[in-house]
Amino acid sequence: MEIFLMYLKVFAVGGALCALGQLLINKTKMSSARILVCFMLLGALLEITGAFGYMKEFAGAGVTVPITGFGSTLVKGALEGAKESGLIGAVTGGIKAAGAGLASVIFFGFVFALVSRSKSKKI
Amino acid sequence: MISKDAYKRYVEKNAPRSPMWRSMTAAFLVGGLICCLGQGVHDGIAAIFPAMSEEDIASWTTVTLIFLGAFLTAVGVYDKLGHFAGGGSIVPITGFANSVVSPAVEYNREGVFFGVCAKMFVIAGPIIVFGVVASVIAGLIGLITEAV
Repeated sequence: MEIFLMYLKVFAVGGALCALGQLLINKTKMSSARILVCFMLLGALLEITGAFGYMKEFAGAGVTVPITGFGSTLVKGALEGAKESGLIGAVTGGIKAAGAGLASVIFFGFVFALVSRSKSKKI
Repeated sequence: MISKDAYKRYVEKNAPRSPMWRSMTAAFLVGGLICCLGQGVHDGIAAIFPAMSEEDIASWTTVTLIFLGAFLTAVGVYDKLGHFAGGGSIVPITGFANSVVSPAVEYNREGVFFGVCAKMFVIAGPIIVFGVVASVIAGLIGLITEAV
Protein backbone atom coordinates (compact mmCIF):
# COMPACT_ATOMS: atom_id res chain seq x y z
CA MET A 1 0.00 0.00 0.00
CA GLU A 2 2.80 2.34 0.92
CA ILE A 3 4.56 1.58 -2.35
CA PHE A 4 1.35 2.18 -4.29
CA LEU A 5 0.96 5.57 -2.60
CA MET A 6 4.56 6.49 -3.45
CA TYR A 7 4.07 5.66 -7.12
CA LEU A 8 0.81 7.59 -7.13
CA LYS A 9 2.66 10.65 -5.82
CA VAL A 10 5.45 10.16 -8.39
CA PHE A 11 2.85 9.87 -11.15
CA ALA A 12 0.83 12.90 -10.02
CA VAL A 13 3.77 15.27 -9.45
CA GLY A 14 5.75 14.16 -12.51
CA GLY A 15 2.63 14.30 -14.65
CA ALA A 16 1.73 17.75 -13.33
CA LEU A 17 5.19 19.10 -14.22
CA CYS A 18 4.86 17.70 -17.74
CA ALA A 19 1.34 19.11 -18.10
CA LEU A 20 2.73 22.50 -17.01
CA GLY A 21 5.33 22.17 -19.77
CA GLN A 22 2.56 21.41 -22.26
CA LEU A 23 0.60 24.43 -21.01
CA LEU A 24 3.65 26.61 -21.70
CA ILE A 25 3.90 25.12 -25.20
CA ASN A 26 0.21 25.80 -25.87
CA LYS A 27 0.11 29.30 -24.40
CA THR A 28 3.46 30.76 -25.39
CA LYS A 29 4.60 28.64 -28.36
CA MET A 30 7.93 28.20 -26.60
CA SER A 31 10.38 25.81 -28.26
CA SER A 32 11.36 22.65 -26.44
CA ALA A 33 14.84 24.03 -25.74
CA ARG A 34 13.35 27.00 -23.85
CA ILE A 35 10.96 24.75 -21.95
CA LEU A 36 13.84 22.51 -20.89
CA VAL A 37 15.98 25.50 -19.82
CA CYS A 38 13.08 26.98 -17.80
CA PHE A 39 12.41 23.73 -15.95
CA MET A 40 16.11 23.14 -15.37
CA LEU A 41 16.51 26.63 -13.89
CA LEU A 42 13.38 26.07 -11.81
CA GLY A 43 15.01 22.95 -10.35
CA ALA A 44 18.22 24.88 -9.72
CA LEU A 45 16.30 27.65 -7.95
CA LEU A 46 14.34 25.19 -5.81
CA GLU A 47 17.58 23.46 -4.85
CA ILE A 48 19.37 26.63 -3.77
CA THR A 49 16.39 27.70 -1.65
CA GLY A 50 16.35 24.27 -0.06
CA ALA A 51 12.82 23.41 -1.20
CA PHE A 52 13.87 20.68 -3.62
CA GLY A 53 14.95 18.30 -0.88
CA TYR A 54 11.46 18.30 0.61
CA MET A 55 9.86 17.86 -2.79
CA LYS A 56 12.19 14.94 -3.50
CA GLU A 57 11.26 13.36 -0.20
CA PHE A 58 7.60 13.71 -1.07
CA ALA A 59 7.54 12.78 -4.75
CA GLY A 60 10.84 10.97 -5.45
CA ALA A 61 11.27 10.43 -9.17
CA GLY A 62 8.30 12.76 -9.79
CA VAL A 63 10.69 15.70 -9.43
CA THR A 64 14.06 14.06 -10.17
CA VAL A 65 13.16 12.46 -13.54
CA PRO A 66 11.89 15.72 -15.08
CA ILE A 67 14.73 18.03 -16.11
CA THR A 68 14.23 19.92 -12.83
CA GLY A 69 16.25 17.07 -11.31
CA PHE A 70 19.19 17.89 -13.59
CA GLY A 71 19.23 21.52 -12.43
CA SER A 72 18.98 20.42 -8.83
CA THR A 73 21.86 17.94 -9.21
CA LEU A 74 24.08 20.66 -10.71
CA VAL A 75 23.37 23.15 -7.91
CA LYS A 76 23.56 20.55 -5.16
CA GLY A 77 26.98 19.43 -6.42
CA ALA A 78 28.22 23.03 -6.55
CA LEU A 79 27.02 23.75 -2.99
CA GLU A 80 28.62 20.56 -1.68
CA GLY A 81 31.84 21.34 -3.58
CA ALA A 82 31.92 24.83 -2.09
CA LYS A 83 31.52 23.37 1.38
CA GLU A 84 34.22 20.73 0.94
CA SER A 85 36.95 22.45 -1.07
CA GLY A 86 36.16 26.15 -1.31
CA LEU A 87 36.32 28.10 -4.55
CA ILE A 88 37.53 25.29 -6.80
CA GLY A 89 34.80 23.05 -5.44
CA ALA A 90 32.18 25.71 -6.15
CA VAL A 91 33.33 25.81 -9.77
CA THR A 92 33.78 22.09 -10.39
CA GLY A 93 31.10 20.64 -8.13
CA GLY A 94 28.17 21.12 -10.48
CA ILE A 95 29.66 19.32 -13.47
CA LYS A 96 31.08 16.64 -11.21
CA ALA A 97 27.66 15.84 -9.79
CA ALA A 98 25.94 15.99 -13.17
CA GLY A 99 28.70 13.92 -14.78
CA ALA A 100 26.64 10.74 -15.06
CA GLY A 101 23.92 12.51 -17.05
CA LEU A 102 26.26 14.57 -19.22
CA ALA A 103 28.67 11.76 -20.06
CA SER A 104 25.96 9.23 -20.83
CA VAL A 105 23.91 11.61 -22.98
CA ILE A 106 27.00 12.51 -25.05
CA PHE A 107 28.23 8.90 -25.26
CA PHE A 108 24.90 7.36 -26.22
CA GLY A 109 24.11 10.25 -28.54
CA PHE A 110 27.39 9.74 -30.39
CA VAL A 111 27.09 5.94 -30.61
CA PHE A 112 23.44 5.88 -31.69
CA ALA A 113 24.02 8.63 -34.26
CA LEU A 114 26.83 6.60 -35.82
CA VAL A 115 24.90 3.34 -36.03
CA SER A 116 21.52 4.67 -37.22
CA ARG A 117 20.54 6.36 -40.47
CA SER A 118 18.40 9.48 -40.42
CA LYS A 119 14.81 8.62 -41.16
CA SER A 120 13.40 11.83 -42.56
CA LYS A 121 14.32 13.60 -45.78
CA LYS A 122 16.51 11.06 -47.55
CA ILE A 123 18.77 12.93 -49.98
CA MET B 1 -26.82 34.71 -46.65
CA ILE B 2 -25.75 34.32 -43.06
CA SER B 3 -24.70 37.23 -40.85
CA LYS B 4 -21.12 37.63 -39.66
CA ASP B 5 -22.05 37.01 -36.02
CA ALA B 6 -24.13 33.97 -36.79
CA TYR B 7 -21.26 32.59 -38.86
CA LYS B 8 -18.82 33.18 -36.02
CA ARG B 9 -21.12 31.33 -33.61
CA TYR B 10 -21.48 28.51 -36.12
CA VAL B 11 -17.71 28.17 -36.47
CA GLU B 12 -17.17 28.23 -32.71
CA LYS B 13 -19.82 25.58 -32.20
CA ASN B 14 -18.52 23.23 -34.86
CA ALA B 15 -14.77 23.75 -34.60
CA PRO B 16 -12.99 20.85 -32.90
CA ARG B 17 -12.65 21.30 -29.14
CA SER B 18 -9.50 23.19 -28.27
CA PRO B 19 -6.62 20.74 -28.18
CA MET B 20 -5.56 22.33 -24.90
CA TRP B 21 -7.10 19.78 -22.52
CA ARG B 22 -6.41 16.80 -24.73
CA SER B 23 -2.72 17.70 -25.09
CA MET B 24 -2.33 18.48 -21.40
CA THR B 25 -3.95 15.19 -20.42
CA ALA B 26 -1.67 13.31 -22.80
CA ALA B 27 1.37 15.14 -21.37
CA PHE B 28 0.22 14.39 -17.81
CA LEU B 29 -0.29 10.68 -18.45
CA VAL B 30 2.89 10.04 -20.44
CA GLY B 31 5.05 12.27 -18.20
CA GLY B 32 3.66 10.62 -15.08
CA LEU B 33 4.33 7.16 -16.52
CA ILE B 34 7.93 8.05 -17.44
CA CYS B 35 8.48 9.32 -13.88
CA CYS B 36 7.02 6.08 -12.49
CA LEU B 37 9.36 4.16 -14.77
CA GLY B 38 12.25 6.17 -13.28
CA GLN B 39 11.04 5.39 -9.76
CA GLY B 40 10.79 1.72 -10.76
CA VAL B 41 14.37 1.68 -12.09
CA HIS B 42 15.52 3.42 -8.90
CA ASP B 43 13.71 0.95 -6.61
CA GLY B 44 14.86 -2.01 -8.72
CA ILE B 45 18.52 -1.01 -8.48
CA ALA B 46 18.12 -0.35 -4.73
CA ALA B 47 16.63 -3.85 -4.29
CA ILE B 48 19.33 -5.64 -6.33
CA PHE B 49 22.27 -3.72 -4.82
CA PRO B 50 21.30 -2.95 -1.21
CA ALA B 51 24.80 -1.68 -0.41
CA MET B 52 24.80 1.00 -3.10
CA SER B 53 24.76 4.63 -1.95
CA GLU B 54 21.74 6.79 -2.75
CA GLU B 55 23.87 9.00 -5.01
CA ASP B 56 25.09 6.05 -7.07
CA ILE B 57 21.54 4.73 -7.40
CA ALA B 58 20.43 8.16 -8.65
CA SER B 59 23.30 8.21 -11.16
CA TRP B 60 22.47 4.72 -12.45
CA THR B 61 18.81 5.66 -12.76
CA THR B 62 19.75 8.72 -14.81
CA VAL B 63 22.07 6.69 -17.05
CA THR B 64 19.39 4.02 -17.58
CA LEU B 65 16.70 6.56 -18.49
CA ILE B 66 19.05 8.41 -20.82
CA PHE B 67 19.96 5.12 -22.50
CA LEU B 68 16.25 4.32 -22.97
CA GLY B 69 15.51 7.80 -24.33
CA ALA B 70 18.49 7.64 -26.69
CA PHE B 71 17.66 4.12 -27.89
CA LEU B 72 13.97 4.86 -28.48
CA THR B 73 14.98 8.02 -30.37
CA ALA B 74 17.44 6.12 -32.57
CA VAL B 75 14.82 3.52 -33.54
CA GLY B 76 12.31 6.30 -34.23
CA VAL B 77 9.79 5.50 -31.48
CA TYR B 78 10.40 8.49 -29.23
CA ASP B 79 9.57 11.12 -31.82
CA LYS B 80 6.25 9.37 -32.48
CA LEU B 81 5.58 9.39 -28.75
CA GLY B 82 6.46 13.08 -28.71
CA HIS B 83 3.84 13.72 -31.37
CA PHE B 84 1.21 12.37 -29.02
CA ALA B 85 2.55 13.45 -25.63
CA GLY B 86 4.21 16.83 -26.28
CA GLY B 87 5.43 18.14 -22.92
CA GLY B 88 5.11 14.66 -21.44
CA SER B 89 8.01 13.48 -23.56
CA ILE B 90 10.01 16.73 -23.51
CA VAL B 91 10.22 17.54 -19.79
CA PRO B 92 11.54 14.21 -18.40
CA ILE B 93 15.27 13.42 -18.68
CA THR B 94 14.46 11.03 -21.55
CA GLY B 95 13.39 14.15 -23.47
CA PHE B 96 16.82 15.65 -22.80
CA ALA B 97 18.37 12.51 -24.30
CA ASN B 98 15.97 12.82 -27.23
CA SER B 99 17.00 16.45 -27.78
CA VAL B 100 20.63 15.30 -28.13
CA VAL B 101 20.17 12.10 -30.15
CA SER B 102 17.50 13.37 -32.51
CA PRO B 103 19.60 16.09 -34.20
CA ALA B 104 22.72 13.89 -34.00
CA VAL B 105 20.97 11.16 -35.98
CA GLU B 106 19.29 13.67 -38.26
CA TYR B 107 22.57 15.30 -39.30
CA ASN B 108 24.84 12.27 -39.41
CA ARG B 109 24.84 12.43 -43.20
CA GLU B 110 26.78 15.69 -42.86
CA GLY B 111 29.67 13.77 -41.35
CA VAL B 112 30.84 12.89 -37.90
CA PHE B 113 32.62 16.14 -37.16
CA PHE B 114 30.21 18.91 -38.12
CA GLY B 115 27.18 16.66 -38.46
CA VAL B 116 26.96 14.43 -35.42
CA CYS B 117 29.28 16.13 -32.94
CA ALA B 118 28.35 19.74 -33.61
CA LYS B 119 24.60 19.34 -34.17
CA MET B 120 24.24 17.19 -31.05
CA PHE B 121 24.10 20.36 -28.98
CA VAL B 122 21.63 22.37 -31.04
CA ILE B 123 19.00 22.03 -28.29
CA ALA B 124 21.06 20.63 -25.42
CA GLY B 125 23.70 23.38 -25.71
CA PRO B 126 21.62 26.11 -24.03
CA ILE B 127 20.55 23.67 -21.32
CA ILE B 128 24.12 22.69 -20.50
CA VAL B 129 25.39 26.30 -20.66
CA PHE B 130 22.58 27.68 -18.46
CA GLY B 131 22.93 24.72 -16.12
CA VAL B 132 26.67 25.04 -15.65
CA VAL B 133 26.51 28.84 -15.27
CA ALA B 134 23.73 28.46 -12.70
CA SER B 135 25.74 25.84 -10.81
CA VAL B 136 28.85 28.05 -10.65
CA ILE B 137 26.75 31.00 -9.45
CA ALA B 138 25.11 28.75 -6.87
CA GLY B 139 28.54 27.52 -5.74
CA LEU B 140 29.71 31.12 -5.29
CA ILE B 141 26.55 31.96 -3.34
CA GLY B 142 27.26 28.91 -1.20
CA LEU B 143 30.79 30.18 -0.53
CA ILE B 144 29.52 33.63 0.45
CA THR B 145 26.77 32.36 2.74
CA GLU B 146 29.26 30.10 4.46
CA ALA B 147 31.74 32.93 4.97
CA VAL B 148 29.22 35.24 6.66
